[in-house]
Amino acid sequence: MKSFKELKKNLKIDLSSLPILKIALLGDTATQFLATAIRGIGADRGYNIDLYEADFNQVERQFMDPTSELYAFNADYIVVFQSTHKLLSKYSEMPVEKQHELADERLQFIQMISNSIQSRIIYFNFPEIDDVVFGSYANKVNSSFTYQIRKLNYELMNLSIQNANLFICDIAALQNKLGRDVMFDSSVYVSTEMILSIDSVPYVASRTLDIICAALGKFKKCLILDLDNTVWGGVIGDDGLENIQIGHGLGIGKAFTEFQQWVKKLKNRGIIIAVCSKNNEETAKEPFEKHPDMVLRLDDIAVFVANWDNKADNIRQIQSILNIGFDSMVFLDDNPFERNIVRENVPAITVPELPEDPGEYLEYLYSLNLFETVSYSNADSERTKQYQVESQRVSLQKSFTNEAEFLKSLDMISEVRPFDKFNAPRVAQLSQRSNQFNLRTMRYTEADIEKISKENLYKNFSFTLSDKFGENGLICVIIMEKENQEILFVNSWFMSCRVLKRGMENFTLNTMVKYAKENGFKKIVGEYISTQKNKMVEDHYQRLGFSPLNEQDRNLYIMDVSNYEERECYITTK
Amino acid sequence: MDKNEVLARVQEIFRDILDEESIILTSETTANDVDEWDSLSHIQLIVAIEKSFKIKFTSREILSWKDVGEMVDNINAKLA
Repeated sequence: MKSFKELKKNLKIDLSSLPILKIALLGDTATQFLATAIRGIGADRGYNIDLYEADFNQVERQFMDPTSELYAFNADYIVVFQSTHKLLSKYSEMPVEKQHELADERLQFIQMISNSIQSRIIYFNFPEIDDVVFGSYANKVNSSFTYQIRKLNYELMNLSIQNANLFICDIAALQNKLGRDVMFDSSVYVSTEMILSIDSVPYVASRTLDIICAALGKFKKCLILDLDNTVWGGVIGDDGLENIQIGHGLGIGKAFTEFQQWVKKLKNRGIIIAVCSKNNEETAKEPFEKHPDMVLRLDDIAVFVANWDNKADNIRQIQSILNIGFDSMVFLDDNPFERNIVRENVPAITVPELPEDPGEYLEYLYSLNLFETVSYSNADSERTKQYQVESQRVSLQKSFTNEAEFLKSLDMISEVRPFDKFNAPRVAQLSQRSNQFNLRTMRYTEADIEKISKENLYKNFSFTLSDKFGENGLICVIIMEKENQEILFVNSWFMSCRVLKRGMENFTLNTMVKYAKENGFKKIVGEYISTQKNKMVEDHYQRLGFSPLNEQDRNLYIMDVSNYEERECYITTK
Repeated sequence: MDKNEVLARVQEIFRDILDEESIILTSETTANDVDEWDSLSHIQLIVAIEKSFKIKFTSREILSWKDVGEMVDNINAKLA
C-alpha cells in the first residue's frame, strides 16, 4: 500500500488525459486527508477524480435539501462516512431510555438517503469502539453501545441487499485487520477532527476505490496458481506424492490446506482458477487426482498448464483460452524470480509479493482485497465448468473442416427474454464484466436494469445460449431506445466472449429486426464507442450490413429494416 | 543527540513530507515562514517525526509549540 505522502504526490502529476470520475464525499468528521487519498488512489487506478467534498458535518443537509451542492454536483458515486466516533458521542448524550433506538434511527436515515438519490451510495459501516461501560456484559444489554453498533452493522447489510444503489464499504473489516490502535490516532483527532490515522487513510481510500472500480468493470476474474510451495509444500517432482506437505495436523501442511480452501471458495464464487506450473503435466496432476488431503481437484481448474516453458508464455496461452484481459488476472507464485519474469513480460497482470512463510500467505492475501465485486449471481459458480466445456468444443471443432457443419453439430438453442427480477442481477453483471464485445460500454447496476425494464422508452432483450455440451447461461444483452416512431437506437449491445464465433451476433440481429418490423420501426441505429479494450467490435455494424450514418461521424451506423434479409445462423429459439 | 542533529533530521522530514527541497529550518522558524506548512501538513509532520524518532507527543505538547526550536527541545527532552 502506498503511503499517504506518496498518494499526495500523485496529485502533482498531470491527470488530464485520464477519464474523469465524479465522486462526492460527505462526512461528519473532517475528511481532507481521505479526500486527498481517494484522489491519489484514483490516479493509480487510472482515473482523474473530480471530488466534491462537502463542508464539515453536512451529511443531513446535503441530502435533504434538493438545492444543495450535492445535487448540483451530480456525482457518479457518493461516499458517505458517518463515524462511529460521532455516533458514540450522540449515543452518550441520548436519554438512557432512548439508547436502544440508536441503530434503528441511523438505519432510517440511511434508508432515506438511498431513496432520495439515484447515484450509487458507498456507505462506510461502523468500526467498533468498545466503551467498556458494561464490559463484556454489554452483549446482554440491548441498549449498550456495543449491542447497538453490532446491530447497526448487521442491519446495514440487510439494507444494502434491499437497496441496489447502496454499497457498504466495510471499514469495520478493515479495522479488524489493522487494529483500532492503528486505525485511530488521538493526536490526529485532537489537532484536526479527523478520526482516521494517516497510516490507515490509504487503506480506507483503497477499499472505497475497490468498489467503484468493480462497478466500472475493473475487477479480477481469474486466479492463476503455481503449484510447488504455493498450493502444497515441497516439490512434487522431487519429493513424490507421499511427501508433499498438505493436510491438517501439526506443521505447515495446514497452511496449504487452508490456502486451498480459500481458492475453492473463490472458485465457487465464480473466479476462474488456472494452473501454471513448471512440471511434467502428469506429475503435476497426480496430487489433484490421488492425494487424499487435497481440497482442490482437477474439476476445480479451468485451464491446467504444466510444462517447462517460461511462465509468461504459458500465461499468455491461458489468456488466449479464457479470452479475458490480463488486467483481470492474478498470478500467485512463491518464487520471486518467476514473479518478476511474469511482471516484466505481462505488464497488466497482478502479481502479489507473497510472503516467504507459507503460514502468512492467507493473512497477506486478505490484506489486498483483490476480488472486490459489485454483483453476485448463481450463474457465477458455473463458470469453471463452462470454460472446461469450451476446451471440449475447441477439440470438436478441430474435427470439422467446414465451420457451418461444426456450428450445426452443436445443436444450439437460445432463450430470448425481456429483463425481469430473476435475470436482472446477471444482466447487470454482464454489463460490468464485458469489455471486449461491448459496443458502448455502458455499465448498469441491478437498480438501473430494473428501472429500464419498467420504462416503455426502452426495448430490451436478454439471450441465453446452450448447446449439446451444456449451458452458457445468459450471454448477450440488447437495450434499444425508441428514439421516435421510426428509429430504434441501440443503447447497449454486449456479449460474453465465451460465445464468440457461434453466429450469436446474427441471431441477435435477426431478433432485433423482427421486433422492429412487427412494431412499425423503419430503422435501427447503432453506435461504436471506442475504448482500450473493445477493438474487437470496431467493424461490428459494418460486418452485419449497417452503413455509416453520415460522413462526419464514423461511429454511427444505420440499417433500413425493410430490406433486411434474415442472416444465416444455426441457433434455434427456445 | 545534540540539538543541531535533531534540527537537521527534522529539516529532512519537513523537506520529505512537504515535498520541498529548499526548506531550511532554524530554531526561530514558524509556520508563517514555510508556505507548505499549514494546519493539515502540520499533523503529517508530527506523525512523521514521531515515527522517525520513535517517540509520541501528547496532544497538549503539540498545541504548545511556538516555533521549531520549542518542538526540537521537546523531542530532545523525550530522547534524553
